[in-house]
Formats: sequence, C-alpha cells, structure tokens
Amino acid sequence: MNVLTRDRAHTLQLRLNGQPRRATTEPRQLLSDFLRHELGQTGTHVGCEHGVCGACTVRVDGVAQRSCLMLALQVDGCAVQTIEGLAAETGGSNDSDTLGDLQAAFKRHHALQCGFCSAGILMSADDWLQRVPQPSEAQVREMLSGHLCRCTGYTPIVAAILDVARARAAAQAAKAEHV
Amino acid sequence: MKPAAFDYQRIASADEACAVLAQMGEDARILAGGQSLMAVLNMRLAQPQRLLDISRCAPLQQLRADQGALQVGAAVTQATLEWRPTLAQELPLLQRALPHISHFQVRNRGTVAGSIAHADPSAELPLCLLALRGEVLLKSARASRRVRAEDFFTGMLQTARRADELVEAVRFPLARPGQGFGFEEFSVRHGDFAVCDVAAVADGERLRIAVGGVADRPVARDFPLLQGDALADALNDFAWQLQARDEPQASAALRRQLVRQLGRRAVEQALADRSGRLHPASISAGLPA
Repeated sequence: MNVLTRDRAHTLQLRLNGQPRRATTEPRQLLSDFLRHELGQTGTHVGCEHGVCGACTVRVDGVAQRSCLMLALQVDGCAVQTIEGLAAETGGSNDSDTLGDLQAAFKRHHALQCGFCSAGILMSADDWLQRVPQPSEAQVREMLSGHLCRCTGYTPIVAAILDVARARAAAQAAKAEHV
Repeated sequence: MKPAAFDYQRIASADEACAVLAQMGEDARILAGGQSLMAVLNMRLAQPQRLLDISRCAPLQQLRADQGALQVGAAVTQATLEWRPTLAQELPLLQRALPHISHFQVRNRGTVAGSIAHADPSAELPLCLLALRGEVLLKSARASRRVRAEDFFTGMLQTARRADELVEAVRFPLARPGQGFGFEEFSVRHGDFAVCDVAAVADGERLRIAVGGVADRPVARDFPLLQGDALADALNDFAWQLQARDEPQASAALRRQLVRQLGRRAVEQALADRSGRLHPASISAGLPA
C-alpha cells in the first residue's frame, strides 16, 4: 500500500450503520472526530481522548472499541456502528417508539441523567450481550468498568442491562417453544 | 488532544514493515492495537514521522500452538486470546491474568505483542511472558532472532528491540502436566494499571515468582518449593531486592507489603492449582469469566 501523506485529504469508504459512506480525512484525524465532524454523527461523544472514559466507544466490524484510540483511516472498508444505528438495529416494534431494547431499558430504569456517557455504554453493552447473553451482575459490572459515569452511580445502568439480558433470553425461549 | 501530523502506511507483510524500519528507524512507529500508542500520540508524548499500521496484516494475525508454545503474532488482540476456547488448558496463567488488563473495550483492540513491546513495568503480559520463560521473535531486514523474556525487558518502557526490528510474534510455553499457576494483582480500581502484580509457577520441585509494578521492569526469581515461614522470608527478601521507590500513588513500603501478600497468595494458588492439574479430568473447560 502506498504511503498516505500528512496534511492531505485521503478518501475512505465504510458502511456506517448499514449505509455506504465515502468521505475524506487527513491521516492524523481520530475516528471519533471523523464520525462527528466529517460524517455528522454527533451521538458519539468525546471525553478524555486517551481511552479511559469510554464515552466514544463504537462498534467496528461488530467489536466495541474506543474511537479516540483509532484513526479514521483504519476503518476504510469496515462496518462502523454508532449510537445512531442502535434503534434501527434492535427496536421499532415495541411501545418505546424507535428506541432499541437497550435504549428503552435505560429510559425505563433511569440509567442516565446527563447522558454524556450513555452512547458509549450502549455500544459496549450491544456487543458484549451478544457474547455473554446471560451475564451475572458481577460480569456486567466488570464490563461497565470500562466506562465512567459521573451521574448515576451505575446501579440503574446495571439493572437496565440485566433486564435486557433477561428479556432477550425469555424471548429466545418463547421462540424455541413455538418452533 | 490531537496527534501531530504523520504519514500513514498500512502494512501487508512483516517484510514490508522491516524495509521501512531499516530506512527510517525510530522515525517510524509500529501501530498495532494502538491502545497505548494512540494515547501517547494524542498527548504528543511522541511525534513519529510515519505510522506503520499492522493491525490488518493477515500474516501477523496468526495464533498457533507448536513445539510446546503458543505463538502469538504481532497483530493478535488480547480479546482473541481471552476468548480462545482452549486457553484454560494451554495457558492457565494467561487465563487468570487477561481479565486484569484494562477493560473489555480496550482488550478488544489492544494486542498481546504490543503490550510486550511497550514494556510497561506493571503490565500483566510482560510479567506472564517472563514468569513462563517465554520468548520474543524479532525480525529486521537483516535477520531474525529470538530473545528470551529475561533478556528482552531492559528498563522502564525499554526493551532489547533495535530500532530496525519488528516484534513479529511472542511465544508463551504451554502448561505442562504437574505445573500450577497463580496470579494476583492490586490496582486502585479494577482495570487500572497495577500497583503490584505477581505471577507464580510451581511444579513438583521448583517455584518461580515474578513481580511487576515495583522495579523498572518485571523481575522473576526461582526458588525450591517453599511454604510457611520459609516462603514468607523468601518473599520479604525478594520485596527488598526490588528497590521500590516512593511515588504519589504508592509508597515503597506499600509495594513491599504487596509483594509479600500477593506473593503468598499467588504461590498458594499455584500450589493448589498444581494438585488440581495432576488429575486432567478435574480441569474445567469453557470460556474465561
């Protein structure tokens, strides 16, 4: 591959929340800034910019990771999912309008106050619950340790995630019985 | 905090990376998972001229058990290892240590070899590599060589890697029958850098204890099988030999106490684990917690 030189705009293509997108970036632009400034996806929040707070967590090819510790160029050809895509992916069919089940549970449990950390936590939980579908409270807390929330004390966040895990397991079981 | 400008090159093979390193030396930096390097760039503690991105380099993503060791390519993430179904049998020490490395979201991208190349004195993976007598595979345009973990870590964030060399892979010797493993860590919050971490490996005759977070690099010592007062005395001597310094986060006295306490627990764990491992049927399979 050729060297992509500094101070020049380079084109990259990606799938953002299922939609093909094409944009340009300098090599040094962080993925977090690229999402917000070039693609207008301001739901991804920027906190500490050194990987500690977790606010900027997005899914790249399904895997939850810090967008402040990635370069925009590194998602060339990848599928990126941000909070804007969460409702479309999982929700739409319940009474909470267009919220996904995780988002609806956060609302129900008052799992956010200012909401700054929520997008990152939701993207982490979205990946993690697919790998650990029936977690214990301790496991949820371990996963959540990668995120800082300064409002809620975490308790309602843990409750919301456990609630979703239970609901998904119940739905799965009901589906299996019908088959 | 934004990085200073650099040129970017996505790397397709180890040879390609080595060719650039031969030409540019320290002006080029390898970008693997970036979970340390990107933070360093964002804070402008480093301003390399060119980043060589190996994260999508397929030949460096290989992970295979051969000749009694698990060889982990430079682009293999910590999460890949953590979720490997056979890890509990292959490397029980890593199974215990991996959950202590930062957080789920960071392990998803951070690499095993990158952590070892970074050589933070408190980091879990350098400590485990040393405890297990692992090796680092270095490659340059001139030659390839293997360096023992014992010789690789040379100081605070310092290693035996030369400026034109790529850490191509690291090798963790697989657990042998009759061996037992222990790992203990103290950090201010879960996932933070360790104030002190200890790994212990025991077999029928010997005990190996490695300590991180106290000296300027992880340090290992070999002992005969020890218990009770003899173990306490050995750990106390070890703690003093590490020449802990007073730092705002932890005093030297606290660090010595942690070596004594965590050391005892890690050794007890390793001895108990050893007897459990003598009966292969009792080894539980499955994913790490």
